[in-house]
Amino acid sequence: MELFRSLVIILMGSVLVNNYVLSRFLGICPFLGVSKKLDQATGMGVSVIFVMIMATLATWPIQTFILDPLGLGYLQTIVFILVIAALVQFIEIVLKKFMPALHKSLGVYLPLITTNCAVLGVTINNINDGYNFLESIVAALGCGLGFLLAMVLFAGVRSRLDESDVPQHFKGLPITLISASIVALAFMGFGGIVENLFPAV
Amino acid sequence: MTDIILAIVILFAAGLICAVLLALASHYMGVEVDETVNRVRECLPGANCGACGYTGCDGYAEALAKGGVKTNLCIPGGAGAASAIAAALGVAAEEAVAVCAFVHCNGTDEHTSKCAEVDGCSSCKAACLTFGGGESCIYSCLGCGDCADVCPADAICVKDGIARVDTRLCIGCGMCAKTCPKHIISMLPRTARAAVICSNHDTGAVANKTCKVGCIACRKCEKTCPHGAITVVNNLAVIDYEKCTGCRECVAVCPKKCIKSVDFEAHTIG
Repeated sequence: MELFRSLVIILMGSVLVNNYVLSRFLGICPFLGVSKKLDQATGMGVSVIFVMIMATLATWPIQTFILDPLGLGYLQTIVFILVIAALVQFIEIVLKKFMPALHKSLGVYLPLITTNCAVLGVTINNINDGYNFLESIVAALGCGLGFLLAMVLFAGVRSRLDESDVPQHFKGLPITLISASIVALAFMGFGGIVENLFPAV
Repeated sequence: MTDIILAIVILFAAGLICAVLLALASHYMGVEVDETVNRVRECLPGANCGACGYTGCDGYAEALAKGGVKTNLCIPGGAGAASAIAAALGVAAEEAVAVCAFVHCNGTDEHTSKCAEVDGCSSCKAACLTFGGGESCIYSCLGCGDCADVCPADAICVKDGIARVDTRLCIGCGMCAKTCPKHIISMLPRTARAAVICSNHDTGAVANKTCKVGCIACRKCEKTCPHGAITVVNNLAVIDYEKCTGCRECVAVCPKKCIKSVDFEAHTIG
């Protein structure tokens, strides 16, 4: 039960409180670039969830069983980038061969995510937060879900923006950034909520 | 010193493993890309207009490469694209019919009137949902320019409250015909010599009240046409361009002047 509670806290915490886009401001470029339409935003979000989990599956053992015992923790960033980039390419090849339909829907986004800072951020933060393997995967899932949530919410905001009469000088990116910051402010309201939702028994 | 060497070795090993893995993966699991798709794709204009019925030029190219699809579906590309595709695929070229958009409405402000004012609507779609858009003829062009917005060739403008197609610019993709909420734009063959410039399905008495130049279904054209190319369907004259020879006798006889002589190449209507 205690394990379950801690996993739920990690999951909800990474979705709402430490949302990668809206609280930690990682992965802003796909957040602004692909959030124009809901279907694209959803596709991107699902791809990010997928890649984050796969990346964590690969990088946590590398850090724990190779880099740390050899005292090479400082190689973390470069090794992770290398591994994630190769992994995403590998997944793309496998998908193309065995699941063409999935490749068609996710394929456009996979190369975009290859060197995405949010993906790298998740893997490195999992190590820094001292999570074990299971916790890391749950955290990666939560971060991906948080990214998807932010994308979907913001796609809705942007479709409203398209319809509204924006002052000339704010048209385009300025009003998008302003509305992104307002959405981020709204997410600050989640601070501290998760620990109180699931109190220790 | 050993630390540095170890770091280099580890990084090198990681890179090598990734590289070998990727090389093996692409060798054993690589998917053969059909070269025909690329060759066919190069024949298409790349407007991604969707007139062929596929998801853009790439979708059409893939369907063509698979076979069983007509080569003359690309309308912006026309006969040139059709023959190029046929050459790339090694099949006989099919004749491509060049088409042009035509707005079947002549209800300009002087010919018809409004029965209500639609305020604050900038799109035909929204206006159409509001009691049909406030024109006294419910088949009339609303003139908000949804068709002009979607036209990839900027060939449509709204003049005197009616959308008008610049036939010299029209690439025939049919986006406007799909967008029009009143369904009064159709794609006519570029060889057409006459066209019905009305979409009113009301009976003559009603049509006469709402518009000075509306089709009243008098059937004069139907009786006059020596080739049997015109039929009045649901109170509206319809020209069958398979039978029409371009004699324009219907144009002369129409009492409401709602059959116009057209020449799409010279951009003359009326």
